[in-house]
Amino acid sequence: MSGRVLVGVKRVIDYAVKIRVKPDHSGVVTEGVKHSMNPFCEIAVEEAVKMKEKKLIKEVVAVSCGPQQVQETIRTALAMGADRGIHVEVSAKEYESLGPLQVSKIMAALARKEEAQLVILGKQAIDGDCNQTGQMTAALLDWPQGTFASEVTLEGGHVKVVREIDGGLETIKITTPAVLTADLRLNTPRYATLPNIMKAKKKKIANMKPADLGVELASKLEVLRVDEPPQRQAGVKVESVDDLVGKLKEAGRI
Amino acid sequence: MAVRAAGQIAGICHLCRSSTLGSFRTLCRNVSSSKHTPSNAPETPVDHLIYTPEHFALKESIKKIIDQEINPHVDQWESEGKFPAHKVFKILGNAGILGVNKPVEYGGLGLDFSYSVAVSEELGNIRCGGIPMAIGVQTDMATPALARFGSDELKKEFLRPSILGDKVACLGVSEVGAGSDVSSIMTKAVRKGEEYVINGGKMWTTNGTQADWMCLLANTSDGPPHRNKSLICLPMSLPGVHIARQIDKMGMRSSDTAEVFFDDVRVPSKNVIGQEGMGFTYQMLQFQEERLWAVANTLTTMDLIIQETIDYTRQRKIFKMPVLHHQTVHFRLAELQTEVELLRSLLHRATALFIRGNDVTKLASMAKLKAGRLARELGDSCLQFWGGMGFTNDVLVSRFYRDSRLISIGGGADEVMLGIICKYMDTLPK
Ligand SMILES: Cc1cc2nc3c(=O)[nH]c(=O)nc-3n(C[C@H](O)[C@H](O)[C@H](O)COP(=O)(O)OP(=O)(O)OC[C@H]3O[C@@H](n4cnc5c(N)ncnc54)[C@H](O)[C@@H]3O)c2cc1C
Ligand SMILES: Cc1cc2nc3c(=O)[nH]c(=O)nc-3n(C[C@H](O)[C@H](O)[C@H](O)COP(=O)(O)OP(=O)(O)OC[C@H]3O[C@@H](n4cnc5c(N)ncnc54)[C@H](O)[C@@H]3O)c2cc1C
Repeated sequence: MSGRVLVGVKRVIDYAVKIRVKPDHSGVVTEGVKHSMNPFCEIAVEEAVKMKEKKLIKEVVAVSCGPQQVQETIRTALAMGADRGIHVEVSAKEYESLGPLQVSKIMAALARKEEAQLVILGKQAIDGDCNQTGQMTAALLDWPQGTFASEVTLEGGHVKVVREIDGGLETIKITTPAVLTADLRLNTPRYATLPNIMKAKKKKIANMKPADLGVELASKLEVLRVDEPPQRQAGVKVESVDDLVGKLKEAGRI
Repeated sequence: MAVRAAGQIAGICHLCRSSTLGSFRTLCRNVSSSKHTPSNAPETPVDHLIYTPEHFALKESIKKIIDQEINPHVDQWESEGKFPAHKVFKILGNAGILGVNKPVEYGGLGLDFSYSVAVSEELGNIRCGGIPMAIGVQTDMATPALARFGSDELKKEFLRPSILGDKVACLGVSEVGAGSDVSSIMTKAVRKGEEYVINGGKMWTTNGTQADWMCLLANTSDGPPHRNKSLICLPMSLPGVHIARQIDKMGMRSSDTAEVFFDDVRVPSKNVIGQEGMGFTYQMLQFQEERLWAVANTLTTMDLIIQETIDYTRQRKIFKMPVLHHQTVHFRLAELQTEVELLRSLLHRATALFIRGNDVTKLASMAKLKAGRLARELGDSCLQFWGGMGFTNDVLVSRFYRDSRLISIGGGADEVMLGIICKYMDTLPK
């Protein structure tokens, strides 16, 4: 039991909130909207904390990149059992264009600095649905990756990962240090208990800037426009199977 | 039905684990036709009057438990007339929610009362009144006197397991002949050597059919009515404790309410809480907390009812326009939300004063009175805007209409609150 696990925790608009697009189509409305930890990140934290409870690793470090408010998300991770936090401060303005590549650079730099044995991230965040940060982090570090994990077994210098792939499961064995991304079935995240919420208050959150890690935030991507998904059209009722077949033929489906 | 779905979103999210590619958010949306959109900006940790970021973290954790472990089952428990108190309390006990302001030595967290208020507010997200009430009985009605005045031995036997969620507690104060007038209770505990022998009966006992122990108020002497009563920890498994019946009620249906009889029940005299004869005084001491707790609990539900009424009337079209677009409808809802905010301000002000050590009996009684009155008005007004749907049992508003009626009766009726307020205003005829 010597390793350290770095877990990424992203603050996103709460899953139960209906997303509204800003009138000028530059993005979505975030002000006055309930935020919480990305559900896939919760699963990543849970997995890391479980490893620590099984004494397979020594320390869990929760990392979040963003403005001041992301500290709330780090506190949630600390209340779930992470040992300490790192807040990589990115101004609200810069945060708007912070994408998977920039975050991966930060995660990779931190993984080296902290000599992490594992980096565990959510497979995607429910805001951008990018599904890239884990893969990019592994590439930048030139470490093996176990993405879409639904079962993880850490044994010495190896980790066995059961991956959710189209049409089934794939089991791989990779060496550590490695990058993992958590899928929905990996575990059921615990509730932060009140005693642990109070304890989390005393845990340390280190503050740093991307520049401290030698990371340049410039992005080559530009968001042109954000739109609501098209409204689903009302369906039609058909009287009989023949009608149905007729309609399908009409629509050119069969 | 749509209403029920909203509360289940979170529960379902953790269950739909079939997709590897689909967006988590779309997944959640697809299983629920109804969206939950708080129209008001939520209260945030920044500069809150009484809540710190820890209060908010606690609320968030409770919300998850409610969405995943409680709300998906509420309709079933409502129809069965009982919720599984042991199961639900164990979940809450594990999360540390049943003893926020109880001593650390007995499994509590030793935090101030503002945390209890935060818990109570959050429990208002449960989609019925019965379960929060049952929790309130456990945390803020049956146990405060024990925590303050009970012996170490009693606290180990009754308080600790109640905080951990291993034992269900009930409060035996009201009787058939004594509700508002607690001083006239008839149940007697007669001292015989190292034991009390108890005879009599209790009425309206919440959790009564499931409880492991009762915090019992009984006459232990023939002295003056305010100094002859004692609180006794009574195990419900003792011979002579009879659950006469479960009372059939118009509301609070998932909370079991019992009528209990005592027939020569023998309990060790060491089970008396604090000093003999002080029971009435001890019980009165916790009134402020009890009342503020009840107010906090109804606030969140009132917010929810207004919001669901907005959502429903916005999509319900009559005379070619949404019901919500009638000025009488949106103005009325604005009026009600204003009153809810006023009540919330009073609650937070009273709580802030209380945790600084002030007597807030007057403010707490005013808040309780207003909560009862407002809940009745709000339930009635909102139900009206749902038309025939409001008259069905499929919607939260009709359940609220039935459940919240109790606020004006239980835990001190409106008239009792008015009497107390008048005392403070010095207007009560002597
Ligand atoms: C669902 C439910 C759960 C309950 N749970 C518990 C429990 O767990 N433990 C427990 O001990 N009790 C419990 N109670 C009892 C509750 O506290 C009493 O119902 C309440 O105190 C009122 O007493 P009562 O029903 O005897 O009404 P009464 O005392 O008969 O009062 C009837 C009415 O008289 C009027 N009134 C009362 N006082 C005055 C006054 N001073 N001036 C003018 N009018 C007045 C009011 O309108 C009042 O509603 C519960 C009750 C219910 C319905
Ligand atoms: C138990 C029960 C039995 C019934 N029995 C029968 C029956 O036997 N036969 C039958 O045909 N129908 C029956 N009904 C239907 C009943 O007549 C309708 O529920 C009633 O007409 C209201 O219509 P609605 O439910 O569609 O409400 P909606 O038309 O949707 O109205 C909802 C609410 O909108 C508000 N509203 C409506 N109009 C206005 C306005 N102009 N300005 C401002 N606000 C407005 C009101 O608050 C109203 O309550 C029954 C309903 C119930 C609940």
